[in-house]
Amino acid sequence: MIHVILPTHLWRLANVGREIEIEVKGPATLSAVLDALEASYPMLRGTLRDQFTQERRPFIRFFACGEDLSLDSPDEPLPEAVVQGKDHLRIVGAMAGG
Amino acid sequence: MSKVRVLVGTHKGAFILTSDGKRDRWDVSGPYFAGLDIFHVKGSPADPNRLYASQTSGWFGQVMQRSDDGGKTWAAVGNAFKYNGTPGTHQWYDGTQHPWEFKRVWYLEPSPVDPDTVYAGVEDAALFRSNDGGQSWQELSGLRDVKGNLWQPGAGGMCLHKIILDPHDPKRIYIAISAAGAFRSDDGGRIWKAITKGLQANGELPDPQAEVGHCVHSITMHPSRPDVLFMQKHWDVLRSDNAGDMWHEVSGNLPTDFGFPISVHAHEPETIYVVPIKSDSEHYPPEGKLRVYRSRTGGNEWEALTKGLPQKDCYVNVLRSAMSVDSLEPCGVYFGTTGGQVYGSANAGDSWEPIVSNLPAVLSVEAQVIA
Repeated sequence: MIHVILPTHLWRLANVGREIEIEVKGPATLSAVLDALEASYPMLRGTLRDQFTQERRPFIRFFACGEDLSLDSPDEPLPEAVVQGKDHLRIVGAMAGG
Repeated sequence: MSKVRVLVGTHKGAFILTSDGKRDRWDVSGPYFAGLDIFHVKGSPADPNRLYASQTSGWFGQVMQRSDDGGKTWAAVGNAFKYNGTPGTHQWYDGTQHPWEFKRVWYLEPSPVDPDTVYAGVEDAALFRSNDGGQSWQELSGLRDVKGNLWQPGAGGMCLHKIILDPHDPKRIYIAISAAGAFRSDDGGRIWKAITKGLQANGELPDPQAEVGHCVHSITMHPSRPDVLFMQKHWDVLRSDNAGDMWHEVSGNLPTDFGFPISVHAHEPETIYVVPIKSDSEHYPPEGKLRVYRSRTGGNEWEALTKGLPQKDCYVNVLRSAMSVDSLEPCGVYFGTTGGQVYGSANAGDSWEPIVSNLPAVLSVEAQVIA
């Protein structure tokens, strides 16, 4: 299971807690996690990535194991600690505004 | 006894104001969707328990919300707004061409007869319709065939911000776009024409009588007279007596004819309301006095309505979707400000009281009488 931490507005939208567990079948990539996340919580479609191009929304960032994964290919394997459930995949709304 | 419900969209959530028919005591509930921009909330005329809301965020994009119980509970519905075909380009602020990109939903207009049918006006300007309660959306893309490549964004973005469905002719639809103009379809949204003859844009457009490019801030119509339209343009207040085929100015004695919203009295088709704003570069009331202006003559002759409104040091704005009327007798009039006040009048504007005074900036106000 992948432990995913959502930003406040999105866990409220999905009617879940701040942290959720996502099961991924096949290679655990960011794309696979987001696919599974959107399949379980369809209301999150379009909030993290464009519904048609699948590109990350500009103010969404992904962190794990102290690393910023936002600019990595979404098809890269996630860090092993995330795959093993020892660390979280954090989805963060980028710092913006004043 | 009838109740009135005022749906308020703000910069940081939605609020629902309710009162009995006297309209002297109000309950305020919310915020719903706390912390997020709620551009518009509107109830279905056919089923007042059915509400639609546009929730938008620079971080998380567009979410459409629907309630089936009058706003007690909400659920997200479909938010896939895909332009038909290759959307192409429109004019950018500097005159260059810019790709058409969906940004948000500005305005929602539920069908007068079917709670599951609702229209959405979006930025970049286009009109979408859902026939399944908001689960899926289809663009009525014939609108963009009316010289869409020449449309350009206003300061607030290139938004389709008003939709009027003719209650007597289900095939007739009016819409307004900033800064493209006003448009009409007579066949249910397949073919459109610009309805901009008579609009003047001196200093705003290279060709002041251009067919498209006019910065229409809002339009309104009385349901008993669907051929009579009123318009608050960037500058100028206008009316048309032939479904928009020709407009003429009715600004008359207004202190300034710049403004955003325009509404028509529920029972008097010749009584209209505007909120004059000082200028395009100073978006607040002239002289720091918040005044609604009412014309009982369909324009040209205006009276200032000030009782209960701040008459000094007031520098708020009233945005284009932030004024509405109810259908009780006497007609109730409501408007919200960028300072977070929602004012109501239970006597057609003769006097006003703040219903609530410290909300986030108000983006939209919709009044509806419910059983």
